[in-house]
Amino acid sequence: MDILPILSTLRRHKITAWLLILEIALTCAIVCNAVFLVSQRLERMNLPSGIAEHELVQVQLANIGNRSDAEARAKTDLAALRQIPGVTQVALVFQMPFTDGGSSNSGIKLDPQQREDTADVTQYMGENLLSTLGTKLVAGRDFRPDEFVNLDTAVAALHTGDLKGLPQVLVVTQALADRLWPGQSALGKQIYLGQGLAFRVVGVVAHLARPNRLSKGVEYSTVWPISMNVSQGASFLIRCAPQERERVLKSALAALKQLDPNRVVLQKRTYDEARHAFFANDRAMTGILVGVCLALLIVTALGIVGLASFWVAQRRRTIGVRRALGATRANILHYFQTENFLLATLGIVLGMVLAYGINLFLMMHYELPRLPVIYFPVGAALLWVIGQIAVFGPALRAAAVPPVVATRSV
Amino acid sequence: MFGYYLDLALRSLRRNQILTALMVLAIGLGIGASMTMMTVLHVMSADPIPDRSGQLFYPHLDPTPLDRRKNALAPDPTDNMTWPDAMALLAAHRGTRQAAMSGGNLVAHPEKVSANPFTIDGRYTTADFFAMFRLRFVAGHAWTATDDTARSRVVVLSEALSRTLFGTDDSAGRMVQLGEHTFRVIGVTAPWAPQPMFYADAAAHKFGESDQFFLPLATAVDLKLDTSGNVSSWKKFSGDLTASSVTWLQFWVQLDKPDQVAAYRRFLFDYSAQQKALGVYERPADSARLDSLRERLVTLHLVPDDLRLQSWLALGFLMVCMVNIVALLLAKFLRRSGEVSVRRALGAQRRDIFVQFGVESALIGLVGGGLGLLLAQLGLWGIRRRPDEYAQLAQMDTAMLLSTFALAVVASVLAGLLPAWRACHIAPALQLKTL
Repeated sequence: MDILPILSTLRRHKITAWLLILEIALTCAIVCNAVFLVSQRLERMNLPSGIAEHELVQVQLANIGNRSDAEARAKTDLAALRQIPGVTQVALVFQMPFTDGGSSNSGIKLDPQQREDTADVTQYMGENLLSTLGTKLVAGRDFRPDEFVNLDTAVAALHTGDLKGLPQVLVVTQALADRLWPGQSALGKQIYLGQGLAFRVVGVVAHLARPNRLSKGVEYSTVWPISMNVSQGASFLIRCAPQERERVLKSALAALKQLDPNRVVLQKRTYDEARHAFFANDRAMTGILVGVCLALLIVTALGIVGLASFWVAQRRRTIGVRRALGATRANILHYFQTENFLLATLGIVLGMVLAYGINLFLMMHYELPRLPVIYFPVGAALLWVIGQIAVFGPALRAAAVPPVVATRSV
Repeated sequence: MFGYYLDLALRSLRRNQILTALMVLAIGLGIGASMTMMTVLHVMSADPIPDRSGQLFYPHLDPTPLDRRKNALAPDPTDNMTWPDAMALLAAHRGTRQAAMSGGNLVAHPEKVSANPFTIDGRYTTADFFAMFRLRFVAGHAWTATDDTARSRVVVLSEALSRTLFGTDDSAGRMVQLGEHTFRVIGVTAPWAPQPMFYADAAAHKFGESDQFFLPLATAVDLKLDTSGNVSSWKKFSGDLTASSVTWLQFWVQLDKPDQVAAYRRFLFDYSAQQKALGVYERPADSARLDSLRERLVTLHLVPDDLRLQSWLALGFLMVCMVNIVALLLAKFLRRSGEVSVRRALGAQRRDIFVQFGVESALIGLVGGGLGLLLAQLGLWGIRRRPDEYAQLAQMDTAMLLSTFALAVVASVLAGLLPAWRACHIAPALQLKTL
């Protein structure tokens, strides 16, 4: 196919042609970036939490009064919850992976003399935490009962500087261990917190995501032998078989209510609901992005159809003449297809540059990574295909113009 | 003449219905998407307290030590004020009105024993709060500075809370149990919920439900009631909120005249310098500053990143739609070269041709604007169903309604300008020959 005649025709419709190129370029740039954003969100929404997600329910109570017997109260509550048939494990915990609200975070150091922190980690606490969450221990051991201290004791110890009141050991995630001691076993290693307080790693879990602040390292989590009670903002985390969750949740609420009818239930939900709520915004954003992408592609495709139809109608006589001079229907069809291919190619080249520019802008303002190279060929192919589909109808109509048109009104 | 152009435009649009529908749809979609986002942004950046916003200021002091390292993750400790500083500024009484405040969260016990207790959000503050922020009372009155110093056990309830607790608006004089303590209700406020809730802590939610109770700040500190919001401490924190190394209070001051503002700024510097001389502060006097309400709203970062991104997306979409329409109109107008040439040859001027095509594109804009308005309502309905706290506010007011229409017409007239201009420059002679 000779493209010179096509180019000379396009030169006579310079502005219209450039407008179409610009439209394709804008669409290409926006769609590339939007699809990239969608992939980022999907990746975020599918992050593994490392826990038995479908087996957990959460009940959080407000702290009302009588704080003096909080520890004893916690023990009674836990015992009552364990009595519920179907419950395999119960813990009082402060935070769960992928939930909004409070989370305990701290900078840690590998050397007490260090000025800057090595990593920002989240701190999980609560008795029976690992077995309730269902996280897999890959090295070392879980905490021994005698290693636990209550949160109040630990906080008081921090103020007085009394090291005996503080926990001595901790468990870290594999991801954190790899970050802190790449290629080595984390067991027995020391980390430092605050004013050079040392803690020893006794166990490593495969996965355990942090509640929020995911940008600081999704799995930079630590687990501490610190027990909690309701008045410290902890919630009951109950593990049971997935199909029993509804029933267990009801029984748990009833049991807690029976122990003290005056307590306010702040939260009662399955872990799945909690995770669903945490990613609600990402889900909405994904929906919007996909919707806009589709709308853009449709508008662009319809624009191509519209313009091509105009051009076909405008060139009816020329087409007739070409047909009369021996051009086949296929020639005419290919002419319009090639024309569209040329316009689309120009648009795509321009669009790639624009896509890169938009990506740079997003990287600066929204902490987004660089657009992977794969998006460029895929985006180009997509627009080529859409262009060809859009132009096919008008091109067929052009090919159907009979040669006899050439003899009329010349 | 205009009637004739309108008739011509209608004929032309009717002749090519699919194309007309396409153009109307494109502009409708573009306008709908961008107006949805613009309405949300408009609502979120609205003036929370009209006719007082120009007089409200937020003083900043910096009592933090020189060696405090900035932590990008932690909230800025100088965003809030320490108890001693807030009390000193209150006592100095340099503004028309001033109040210190903090968020609070308490468990309310309804009068009926059978009803379950529930948690409520409210504010611990000082006497000027009500007059400064223009709260109206449906019953009773605000507490006075005397109540503040006396640490009186009094409370002001919102109308809604009064109804829930007592079943009546007028609960003044009754007793209510909040947390572990009993307070005397001295006033009930009319519904009051500035959006955004500009006066609250940076960590607090900014849209949606507002405070349900108000307690004297000193009473709350005295009773060690639970506060909500950021508490920053740069020394060992013993739980004592009145320490000079703990920031947790918001402080607002009302300054009516520009010279009052200047004087207050000087006063802040002097106070800061004096604290440095006393050895309480380590930083220079000019670390103090006075933010206007507008500046404070900027610091609060009210518009989430996602929303900003969506607005950019909507604008990009509108741009593509516009380019689309320009291209289609251009092709359409140029195809009518013959018609234009005949009209020109019969005496029509370039200007007439330009106006004729201008009317045609404006017509598309008008219909597209109507469609855009419908689509924007649909979009806003979708946003209201989202879980975000600002979602409930996503409503179009008259101003937005009119600007949607204006935007649609302006956009399509702009889109029609280039094609119309090209069309009126068609050389009639050349075209007439080929007819």
